Amino acid sequence: MEHPIRTAHMTQARAHAKTAAILSVLGMGLGQFYNRQFVKGMLFLAAEIIYIYYLITSLASNFAGLITLGETPTKLQKVGKLYKNVAGDHSIFMMIYGLVALMFIGILAVLYVINVRDAYRTGKLRDEGKEAPGFTQTVRNLTQNSFPFLLLSLPALGVLFFTILPILFMVLMAFTNYSAPDHIPPKNLVDWVGLKTFKDLLFLKQWASTFVGVFTWTIIWAVLATVTCYFGGIFVALLIQQQGIRYKTFWRSVFIIPYAVPQFISFLVMKNLLNYQFGPVNQYFRFFGLQGLPWLNDPFWAKVTVILVNMWVGIPVSMVLVLGILTTIPKDLYEAAEVDGATDFQKFRSITLPYILFSTAPLLIMQFAGNINNFNVIFLLTNGLPAKGEYAYAGSTDLLVTWLYKLTLENQRYNFASAIGIILFIIIASFSLWNYRRTRSYREEDMIQ
Amino acid sequence: MNKTAKTIKLSGSYILLILLAVSFVYPIAWVVMSSFKFGDSLFSETFIPRRLTLQHYIDLFVEQKDKQVPYAKWYWNTLKVASISMVLGTFIQILTAYAISRFRFAGRKTVMSTILVLGMFPGFMSMIAIYIMLIQLDLLDTHFALILVYSAGAALGMFVAKGFFDTIPKSLEEAARIDGASHMTIFSRIVLPLSKPIITFIALTTFSGAWVDFIFARLILRSKENWTLAVGLFELVNSFTSTEFTLFAAGAVLASIPVALLFVFLQRFLVDGLMAGAEKG
Repeated sequence: MEHPIRTAHMTQARAHAKTAAILSVLGMGLGQFYNRQFVKGMLFLAAEIIYIYYLITSLASNFAGLITLGETPTKLQKVGKLYKNVAGDHSIFMMIYGLVALMFIGILAVLYVINVRDAYRTGKLRDEGKEAPGFTQTVRNLTQNSFPFLLLSLPALGVLFFTILPILFMVLMAFTNYSAPDHIPPKNLVDWVGLKTFKDLLFLKQWASTFVGVFTWTIIWAVLATVTCYFGGIFVALLIQQQGIRYKTFWRSVFIIPYAVPQFISFLVMKNLLNYQFGPVNQYFRFFGLQGLPWLNDPFWAKVTVILVNMWVGIPVSMVLVLGILTTIPKDLYEAAEVDGATDFQKFRSITLPYILFSTAPLLIMQFAGNINNFNVIFLLTNGLPAKGEYAYAGSTDLLVTWLYKLTLENQRYNFASAIGIILFIIIASFSLWNYRRTRSYREEDMIQ
Repeated sequence: MNKTAKTIKLSGSYILLILLAVSFVYPIAWVVMSSFKFGDSLFSETFIPRRLTLQHYIDLFVEQKDKQVPYAKWYWNTLKVASISMVLGTFIQILTAYAISRFRFAGRKTVMSTILVLGMFPGFMSMIAIYIMLIQLDLLDTHFALILVYSAGAALGMFVAKGFFDTIPKSLEEAARIDGASHMTIFSRIVLPLSKPIITFIALTTFSGAWVDFIFARLILRSKENWTLAVGLFELVNSFTSTEFTLFAAGAVLASIPVALLFVFLQRFLVDGLMAGAEKG
């Protein structure tokens, strides 16, 4: 049984933690003052004062800008006797500043949480009858325990401004009417339009037919590109690794060569190689009295061509992987199969293939996701051509990704590009997350140690 | 299996291998041949040109009246951007991977999932936003912007390096810590020297990534003398149509050499890297 007086003392003493925390909620640093940590308290208080100052002087108006996206358009105004162009609000600036203001508030929120937690913890120390650590001690603790955060601060900054901010910005853009010709600042204002862009993309006749067409081709392309390269790689690897084939290293090196050439070169070369009129491939066809194929000029053949050319650059990657895996398959499995009188095909089906599939399944899904966004092959080889009349700003071989690029750079339809970007992201993220959750490293990470 | 069947099968395999090898090597051989060919067209009656010349290689570096191809400038730009991005990007990536692999801190799993999800967001999907931001910052058409874009997101590719750090035994660190080594000492004296292979791998892949990037380079670099090789060569065959093909071929051969060399050097790391990428750590 506990001593009644001691329990009462404890309850009263426990108040330190609570009081400090409540004070810190009221104002940053107050809890620290209560805990007699004056330097730390001053720092927190100073941070809060600076924040409040900026909140009043600029952050608040930036928020307002984020909500209105500007009210006065640029217009001609009579100044004295002359008409002058008077600059109005720049919606996109306002959006960016508003986002930055939001981020600052986010940082403030984090600071606040740290501040309250710190006050509570120090209070608790005092409850237990210990001394609150002095400032030097605190700094020492910080460099010891927060070393990982110190390491991560620079990378985090880069990711914050060059990945997260752009993504947020892009997401916001999809809900505006930011697009040529009528809503490009500084000449005009941009407005929030809610889900209208998505609705147009999915239901407005021309946009919807383009979206469905490009989307379908993107999926077909990704499936075919992944499957052909994957099984092509397995096939070539097995061909080389066969018993009785000599000069294995030589063959392997030959098949890796295309992988060593930068893509922007190999695709441009292929484009010229397959030129309908002057390309050597069709020249050879004609030499044999054949017509030659409209490689990149006919919608159907252009699709076949991008898949073939992609095999040329993709098979080496799969081949390298499969060759690596083949060496890890235990030899006695094959010996046992031989004793049982299995044919080559049976050995392949029941030993080799399952082994390869098992080790490369996660990679296969990542390659599929990568192919959905395979920008280089389409842009450099066909640039989305041949043209397709009923499409809005897209050609017959355009993937969602190259369509997005064209909408942005060539046509300034930023809102549609953003909406497509969001849809693409959802597709890819769900594939990859599902894939990642299944990998060993996510579930049993700490078992490696 | 009897002997005849085996011979037939082997011969068949050899024929297949030869056919495949020819189709794999032909495009490359064709570019190399074209770069030594007289004239400027795609067309050639024979695979090996009748007359060989080094003129196109000279043309790349000598200023000409009728067409301006500042190839040496492009090469230098690419080298500069790729090298600086390599240093910065590798540094950032190693820091991230090390922090996440070796320390257990609050929110670690969240950080990892965030990195994974953000990494899936392909860089150029935020292209529009980055483009507009760079206009606002008045950084369009600068190499600085390109370097920023390449290295700022480097942290997101940290999974391979993290996987490597995971394999360094904890006992090494603990021993050092007992001897009184600080975090900084452990990192610089113990972990970094052990990590040479992974640092080399990351540095070289970052370098070649920047060397071959087309998307951002074309987005950011506007003026001809600022272009990198990828943009320059693209514009060379695109704007002059196919009439300058031999010049392009010479340029392409020179641009491929560093990447091909890196590749030969990297080969032994490659399989490990690819597999680690598949396993995500």
